[in-house]
Amino acid sequence: MSYLEYNVPRVPRGVAKVFYLNWALVLLLTAVSAVGFLMLYSVAGGDLSRWAEPQMKRFAMGMVLLFIVAMVPIWFWRNMAGLAYLGSLFLLVLVELIGTTGMGAQRWIDLGFMRLQPSELMKITLVMMLAAYYDWLDVDKVSRPLWVLVPLVLILAPTFLVLKQPDLGTALLLIMGGGAVMFAAGVSWWYWGVVVAMGAGLVSAVFYSRGTPWQLLKDYQYRRIDTFLDPSTDPLGAGYHITQSKIALGSGGWTGRGFMQGTQSRLNFLPEKHTDFIFTTLAEEFGFVGAFSLLTLYALIILFCIHSAVTNRDRFGSLMTLGIAATFFLFFAVNMSMVMGLAPVVGVPLPLVSYGGSAMLVLLVAFGLVQSAHVHRPRGP
Amino acid sequence: MKRSSRDTATSARRVSRRALVLGGLQLGVMGALGLRMRQMQIEQADEFRLLADENRINMRLIAPARGLIFDRNGRPIAENAQNYRIVIVKEDAGDVDEVIARLQKLIHLDEGELERARRELDRRSPFVPVTLTDQRSWEDIATVAVNAPALPGITPDVGLTRNYPLRDDFAHVVGYVGPVSDYDLSRMDDDDPLLQIPKFQIGKTGVENKLERRLRGKAGTKQIEVNAAGRVMRELGRDEGTPGSNLQLTVDAGLQNFVQARLALGHSAAAVVMDVRDGDLLAVGSAPAFDPNKFVRGISSADYALLTENMYRPLSNKAAQGGYPPGSTFKMMVTLAALEMGEVTPDETIWCPGYHTLGNRRFHCWKRGGHGHVDLEESLQQSCDVYYYELAQRVGIDKIAEMSRRFGFGHRFDVPMSAVTDGIMPTKQWKRDRYDKGWLVGDSLNAAIGQGFVLASPLQLAVMSARLASGSAIEPRLIKSVDGVETEVKGGGPLGVNENHLRRVRKAMYAVSNSRRGTAYGSRIQDEALALAGKTGTSQVRNITAAERARGVTSNADLPWKRRDHALFVGFAPYTAPRYAVSVVVEHGGGGSSAAAPVARDILLYALHGKLPPLESYPTSQRQEIEEMQRTLPLSPLDRDGGGRSRA
Repeated sequence: MSYLEYNVPRVPRGVAKVFYLNWALVLLLTAVSAVGFLMLYSVAGGDLSRWAEPQMKRFAMGMVLLFIVAMVPIWFWRNMAGLAYLGSLFLLVLVELIGTTGMGAQRWIDLGFMRLQPSELMKITLVMMLAAYYDWLDVDKVSRPLWVLVPLVLILAPTFLVLKQPDLGTALLLIMGGGAVMFAAGVSWWYWGVVVAMGAGLVSAVFYSRGTPWQLLKDYQYRRIDTFLDPSTDPLGAGYHITQSKIALGSGGWTGRGFMQGTQSRLNFLPEKHTDFIFTTLAEEFGFVGAFSLLTLYALIILFCIHSAVTNRDRFGSLMTLGIAATFFLFFAVNMSMVMGLAPVVGVPLPLVSYGGSAMLVLLVAFGLVQSAHVHRPRGP
Repeated sequence: MKRSSRDTATSARRVSRRALVLGGLQLGVMGALGLRMRQMQIEQADEFRLLADENRINMRLIAPARGLIFDRNGRPIAENAQNYRIVIVKEDAGDVDEVIARLQKLIHLDEGELERARRELDRRSPFVPVTLTDQRSWEDIATVAVNAPALPGITPDVGLTRNYPLRDDFAHVVGYVGPVSDYDLSRMDDDDPLLQIPKFQIGKTGVENKLERRLRGKAGTKQIEVNAAGRVMRELGRDEGTPGSNLQLTVDAGLQNFVQARLALGHSAAAVVMDVRDGDLLAVGSAPAFDPNKFVRGISSADYALLTENMYRPLSNKAAQGGYPPGSTFKMMVTLAALEMGEVTPDETIWCPGYHTLGNRRFHCWKRGGHGHVDLEESLQQSCDVYYYELAQRVGIDKIAEMSRRFGFGHRFDVPMSAVTDGIMPTKQWKRDRYDKGWLVGDSLNAAIGQGFVLASPLQLAVMSARLASGSAIEPRLIKSVDGVETEVKGGGPLGVNENHLRRVRKAMYAVSNSRRGTAYGSRIQDEALALAGKTGTSQVRNITAAERARGVTSNADLPWKRRDHALFVGFAPYTAPRYAVSVVVEHGGGGSSAAAPVARDILLYALHGKLPPLESYPTSQRQEIEEMQRTLPLSPLDRDGGGRSRA
């Protein structure tokens, strides 16, 4: 890999790099995380030490990582992409073998100081891998079937492992995040037509396979789909989460019940109130104003990323930024849809807000990569 | 690998185009999310807010304090006592069995209670307090409190429960409360939500039962916030409800105590004391009695069996429920009916040979040799049966019944006690309806001496003597005031009986007690100002066959208790200015003059003095015996000397 490709003399060096960081993005990430601290403090009933404090520590740690990653030249990361992808894949296999079983799914490896979810890592390394792949590939070959097959394998291998855990939410995120990179890289529209058709076929296959020996999803996943389609069928059972979540959200009104006044989440009507359902607490306590503000913050983050990608002439940096933005987008879009009753409950956290160590760290590292691409972009003619 | 700059430029353009498409898609989805928020949080906000409130706000009932019951002098008969409970919360206790074992080393715990509590602990959520034991003493509570550190999850608690400080005395009149049962609910047709509270106490008998709605009060409510598991988080609002009405009864607790103690000297007896002027019931006694507090706590089956198997029927309120043949105490009614019909004059004499012949049957006088020529006064004074056989034959049962009804026979008085009987005042029609048989003259003769079909309760007999004494149709009254508002005195209108006839009858009753030949002379009151007028009665509960009569009637003392005669006495005092009327029935007590009249006199004297009467009120020959009786009578200390209360 040539160092010269990047027009090195024009790339900022040393401490000067700090001035080239996308500071607005850093500010936005901090703002979203701060919303998270506030909500974690609230759902713990005014207890800082329960969730908010560990989350803050992880945020601080993540921010340090973000800066370190951002300072490292982007070509280093491009060169590391293959290794990172293989490493994540290895960890996914490892989790299958030794992972601690929790909540009915094997998802993490206990590192002692934190529980690492390789699937979280994989979301980013897959994006890096695909970006590097398309950076390496001749632009003319992008839509050739053989060269389309390679990234498909790269996506489906970890997806298969994640599905086995089973973690439907992450599997979908991997497919869609990887798909976004492929789309951005310029894979022909024809393929996307085929994908849409196949998607429809898969959905019907999923439905028709129910109850047969080759059933594609687990029973609880089917039940989640059932309750998503009609939550009222089981208001105290599986539909409970959705119904309660909608009640919390809807009862927020314009400005909400006020900080720490959310009755639904405070009174434990809400499940997983500090993780997957934290958005309902925000919506209940701060109402439409609060919920829409968070959505706006997210939208700004996406816009900054897209802007950075569009203005970046480096193919790797651009594609990776788009992929990370897409993954980030999928996180909050799926989570919000889920708590608002627009999507089945699939267990996707609200990025940077939900309580959770690996997700927070991985996301900030990912934005570190985005910053690195931003700082080390090719400049000049 | 080196890329040409053209390559890079083309690729960058393509990436930019696709990036914009991606960005557009994402913005579109975000817009949809924003719209969804708007729809839920603004358009449907009210609907969801309502659902949220339903989710979290729970109504809990607050049991109101039950109304108190006092006697006429303001002495508490039924009160709400602190009920010390010991409560356990499973989640605080940790190892429940260990904690209970430790508790058992400190205080005694009933195994049955414990079993029930364990079952409840299994059933309820871990944060719900479960009562381990209640009705504990203050010492037990103190012991638990002192050892609190060793007893996690265990707390002493206090609630209200009914207490009857006078114990047995008002067991029948006031009755008792107990936890509401499914049977009560099915029977009551009462949708008061309070009844749904587990172990809520409702009146089961007596005044407690009859005035249940007044005593119970209105439920209060508290709004509490609960979480999804039902745990109470905080109280949002509270409405205390209305406590039950306080009742003041017409009864005098001191007199009642005396009556109960005096009656208890016999095996099974009842007495009613009534104010002649306004019908106030001053004492309604029935012996033996029981401790109503046992029922409040939930009586043990052994204790309950003891009560139900007792042949003296302690659970029955004999004063109001018991129907007894009134015996000779009925003779006043026959006299008045005959006088009013003009079938006899007070001075006409009738010959008593010791029997009265009707066809080929002989109706015997209690005195085998007969009384000879007797007029009205002599006949009543000596209780000559033949005189009344003759009168009854002249007047006929229907006229006797009509007169008796004016005095309350056959009528169920409206007093709030359980199972008040209306007794039986037979007529020709009644017998036809009941037995489908014609009335016989012999039936009238039996009725004339208060036997046969006639049945009356001690309450009815007391009303009769009060009406005889006052000449007005007074009604018995048990509730003096409700929440300080005096209840109406009912009745008091004219009886519609010739006052001259009444005067003759009263005079004859005076003779019963104060003339040497009177059947109750032995139970006279020595103090002329307080002199007693009355009538004894001895009613058979068996037929005396001709053969037995020929052998000589077996004396009561030689008969088994169940077959002995009932002893009765009705009367009033003072004769000159009637104040109190009394009736006494001693079940299977033998003769009215020996078993019932002394009791009635003692009760009247206590009522007149408002305390144990001075010995001077008694005939000299009886004073020693009376003194002994007064000394040994198990009165509550407060009532021995009247307790310093103002007299009624």
